[in-house]
Formats: sequence, C-alpha cells, structure tokens
Amino acid sequence: MSLAALFFYLFAGVAVASAFMVIASRNPVHSVLFLILTFVNASGLFILIGAEYIAMLLIVVYVGAVAVLFLFVVMMLDVDFVELRQGFLQYLPVGVLIGLVFLAELVLVVGSWTFGAGVTGAVTSAAPEVSNAVAIGRVLYTDYVYFFQAAGFILLVAMIGAIVLTLRHKENVKRQSIPVQNARTKAMAIDVVKVPSGKGL
Amino acid sequence: MIGLPHYLTVAAILFTLGTLGIFLNRKNVIVILMSIELILLAVNINLVAFSIFLGNIVGQVFALFVLTVAAAEAAIGLAILVVFYRNRGSIAVEDINTMKG
Repeated sequence: MSLAALFFYLFAGVAVASAFMVIASRNPVHSVLFLILTFVNASGLFILIGAEYIAMLLIVVYVGAVAVLFLFVVMMLDVDFVELRQGFLQYLPVGVLIGLVFLAELVLVVGSWTFGAGVTGAVTSAAPEVSNAVAIGRVLYTDYVYFFQAAGFILLVAMIGAIVLTLRHKENVKRQSIPVQNARTKAMAIDVVKVPSGKGL
Repeated sequence: MIGLPHYLTVAAILFTLGTLGIFLNRKNVIVILMSIELILLAVNINLVAFSIFLGNIVGQVFALFVLTVAAAEAAIGLAILVVFYRNRGSIAVEDINTMKG
C-alpha cells in the first residue's frame, strides 16, 4: 500500500468516525468539536487529491468561522440537551433503516457507474503548470464573475439578516447620543447659583 | 491506487450519516443544522473528486459556491435559533409551532 493510499484511508476513516460521533454524541459541544475534526480530515482528503485551495478554504471558513459560530450558539443557549435527546432510541430503527437503504442505493450507483462514451475531456482544463489557486482564479474571475458577485451578495444578505435578526435595543440602557451632545450649550450645562452667606440653599 | 470510487464512497457514507443525524436528532435544531453541514460537505467531496478526476476545474469553483451558501445558511439558521430561544425559551423542534403550519 502506498503512502498516499495509507493517508487516504486514515483521513477517510477518521472523517467517517467523527461524522458518526457528530450525530451520536450526547453533548452538542462534543458534536461541534467532532464536526471540526470531520472538516479537518475532509480538507486532508482534498489536499491528497490535489485541491489545495478548497482544502484551505474548508479550514478557514468551516473550522474558523462556521464551527466557532456553532460553538458560540451551543454555549450561549441554556438548554437542557438531555431532554432534547428523548426519543433518540425511538427513532433509531426507522432512521437506521432509511440510512441503510440510502447507503445501499448510493453504493450501487457508485459501484456500477462508468463514464459515458460521449464524455469529452476538460472543457476548462486544470492546467498542470499553474498552482491550484491560480487555476481556480483564472476561471472564477473571468467565466464565473457574475456567479462570484452573486455569492458575495448572498454573504452580504446573510450578514445583514443575521445582524437584523439578533439586534435588540434594551429600554433602560443609557446610550451616547451625539446630536444631543453637540446641541448642548454652556447655558444648558451650567447653572450659576448665588448663595447668600450664612443662609444655605 | 486511490481512484474516484473511493472518494465517492466516502462522500456517500458522509451523506448517509448526515441524513441519519436528521432522523435521529429530531428534537435538536443545532444537531440538525450540523447534519446539514455534513451533507453539504459530502456534496463538496463529490464535486471536488469529479473535478480532479475529469480534469475540469469548474467543479472546484462550484464547490466554492456551495461553501458560500453553506456558510450563509449556518449564519442565518443560528441567528433565527437565537431569536427563537429568546422569545420562547426553548429550541425543541416540536415547540416551533407558532405559525400553526
């Protein structure tokens, strides 16, 4: 067995095992951590196959952003997760049945699948002389530039949506109001009081 | 020699685990969202594997877009979850019936 095959089986095995632990572990914090492990191993698989850019993106986007977001939300919500797991065993038989049917179908498709006779080679070839990121960039910023912009808009809308959804104004919190501060004059701010001596206020 | 079927099999197993996770954790929205992430990861593995073995870089570009949409979906989903928890004090799926749908 070559070294590449050895690493493939290592990454694939750990990815599948940790994906199983994502759905099987009792504590959602552990689920998120296993999700991170799954993504790291999947990016290892991508590096093995030669898609370095997607692998790095998976690490940055998923491990760095999405998984940490999940972790924040899981820790922020004070939920009794044991209660949420009620009925896990009740759904187990039908879930496993559907999963097995699904897996059997997918394996049948993968096992009996070949390229058709009319399949031509690369339309947009992955040029071997440039690196993976350069090859993606050459296609992404030319042929797919409108899709790229659309992806940017999707992220913008998601960002605005998340902020609008979670932003809330508390009533009894003192906030800085810049127009009020700028409109203040000396007459409004200071009040000079003549106090006669010996009388008090 | 590791070929295309190996990668497709790994993706198939991950996809199945994702669907299984949705079935098993029917009450916990957070785990359902994580299962959706697993499913999208399986789709990405398929896209990248076909892209490499067919020598066509467009598959990786498409995987990039899937990644974008997955990130947006996770952000919006978790924001909705936080707002729902503030309003109802629970994230159990069977409590999400305010709209009587």
